[in-house]
Amino acid sequence: MPLLDVKDLSVTFSRRGQRTVRAVDGVSFAVEAGEVVGLVGESGCGKSVTSLALMGLLPKQKGVTIGGSAMFGDTDLLQTDERSMRDIRGRDVAMIFQDPLSSLNPVVPIGIQVTEVLTRHRGLTGEAARKEAVELLNRVGIPDPSRRLKEYPHQLSGGMRQRALIAMAVACAPKLLIADEPTTALDVTIQAQILELLRELVRESGTALIMITHDLGVVAGMCDKVNVLYAGRVIESARRKPLFADPRHPYTNGLLGSVPRLDSGKGERLHAIRGSVRDVLPWPDGCAFAPRCDQRVEACVGEPPALVEDIHRHAYRCVNPESRTAEVPS
Amino acid sequence: MIRFIVRRLLQLIPTLFGLSILLFIWLRRLPGGPETAILGERGTAEMRAQIRANLGLDEPILVQYGRFMQRMLKLDLGTSISTKREVTTEFLERFPGTVELTVTAMIIAIGVGIPLGYLAARKRGSLLDSLSVGGSLIGICVPVFFLAYVLKAVFSENLHLFPSSGRQDPTIGATRITNFFVLDGLMTREWDAALDALWHLILPGIALASIPLAIIVRITRASVLEVLSEDYVRTAQSKGLTERTIRSRHILRNAMLPIVTVIGLLTGGLLSGAVLTETVFAFSGIGAFLYEAISNRDYPVLMGFIMIIAIFYVLVNLLVDFSYSLIDPRVRVR
Repeated sequence: MPLLDVKDLSVTFSRRGQRTVRAVDGVSFAVEAGEVVGLVGESGCGKSVTSLALMGLLPKQKGVTIGGSAMFGDTDLLQTDERSMRDIRGRDVAMIFQDPLSSLNPVVPIGIQVTEVLTRHRGLTGEAARKEAVELLNRVGIPDPSRRLKEYPHQLSGGMRQRALIAMAVACAPKLLIADEPTTALDVTIQAQILELLRELVRESGTALIMITHDLGVVAGMCDKVNVLYAGRVIESARRKPLFADPRHPYTNGLLGSVPRLDSGKGERLHAIRGSVRDVLPWPDGCAFAPRCDQRVEACVGEPPALVEDIHRHAYRCVNPESRTAEVPS
Repeated sequence: MIRFIVRRLLQLIPTLFGLSILLFIWLRRLPGGPETAILGERGTAEMRAQIRANLGLDEPILVQYGRFMQRMLKLDLGTSISTKREVTTEFLERFPGTVELTVTAMIIAIGVGIPLGYLAARKRGSLLDSLSVGGSLIGICVPVFFLAYVLKAVFSENLHLFPSSGRQDPTIGATRITNFFVLDGLMTREWDAALDALWHLILPGIALASIPLAIIVRITRASVLEVLSEDYVRTAQSKGLTERTIRSRHILRNAMLPIVTVIGLLTGGLLSGAVLTETVFAFSGIGAFLYEAISNRDYPVLMGFIMIIAIFYVLVNLLVDFSYSLIDPRVRVR
């Protein structure tokens, strides 16, 4: 049984007088213990909403409807009441956010922001909590941790802040870690360090990681499995190697083609996907990517394509997929 | 930190100096003078001139100002023209009442305003939210003296729950030390006197609190709403923290800065006296006395009172600036 089994997750936002938005539309994926799973896509494809839904952090108000199930062990994260969710969050499932500066409370010392998790879930207080916090900061590579505990977020560099946030997230050795674009707000050199740290933590502790990103470089370096999202649906899902070697969906192919490569010929044009995420066809009317697709055929419009899985457990949602270029054992 | 306080206190000197010049000119520019207040309409020109000469008002304004400053430096504020008593004595007798009233009103306004504003923001769009937003609008709109009269009529004259006027029942015969009646009662252990003085503060305190309360509710609501959309609140939630920790450590602490600023300004404003409330409840503070002094053109009282009020205003705001640095490390002062 997988650690987390998300089935048919859907999130809709509706406001009076406005069109209902299906931010996430029947997303299914599974995460095994200790595995790194990527959720990839452009802004607005529903990847962050997916993570917030799993954490139970979507605003609880009229107009926000969540459907499907997300079995985490015996509990369905989508059906759990707020009270029990509070016990799960930070202890069993923890999250790392995009912008480390705005994600840290500016008026509370780092130390307290770390120890409050320890106090809440592990009952550590006073000197014991402080010691553990020093240990945690040390583990995420923050030098001189006992001094840093007294400092405020604005006194730390961007990389240090993200390290501190990671320390808070791994404080209770969660079984599942969700990282929502953890490197987007950082310098490239720092990005590499943070990814290396995450990789290390996952390897050492056996924590499973859901890596949410738009950066295929991150996926290539970290993920075991990849789910590509478009307009709220999974459009391609495979293990890392077959996905990179042999992308079947034109959108995935486009994403890969739009990454600049050092080994491409001089003067060769970078491939860009036409249009923007806003040019979508509503799924019921066909493939949402059809308006931007170079391989569009008649069958793309009219009926939504189903997610089909080939013999290599490589699934894609396309009626006219890219032709197989190489035979890759998965 | 000490350097900061000293620097701010030194800044008080030019402020007060400028204020004294402005006040001096402004007061003497007002039509009429103390002689009109003393003689009324019937005084002859000679009598007026005589009084002006006695008060030293016939001399050039620069000379008058020079003499005022000379006395000021010796901390002598002069004598009231209308009561013939020392301005300092008048002030020390009345200001404690105003302070007690201000403190009462602000305790009510803060104690009710911050929780109400917080709840309104957390339950945005709910009935409570609409009620507190609408109610605060009414609070701002209703004239204070009207509210004061209604409170007095209902709770004092009809229900007899609270005394209708004064600062303390004179039949108690309380001992006076500081003229802060509640404090005096506590210091002398005359509990009944302290309680009675406190009882006298409730109704005028509520009347005076209405506008500050409304403002605090609104500013708290707006500030909390802003903080609620911050990423660090979501981080706090993602850690599974309890509602209480999230509220006090992550939301209110960050929402506090604008609230504290407004509290400082409101407190400073209330300290300059509440003429209407004091009048309705026959409460002897500085408000009614200042009003009287303006109509009598009682220059020494006006100069002295306004200068001292200005000092308190600056001190309250110094306290506010100081509290910023306690709330937010990013504005920590040197």
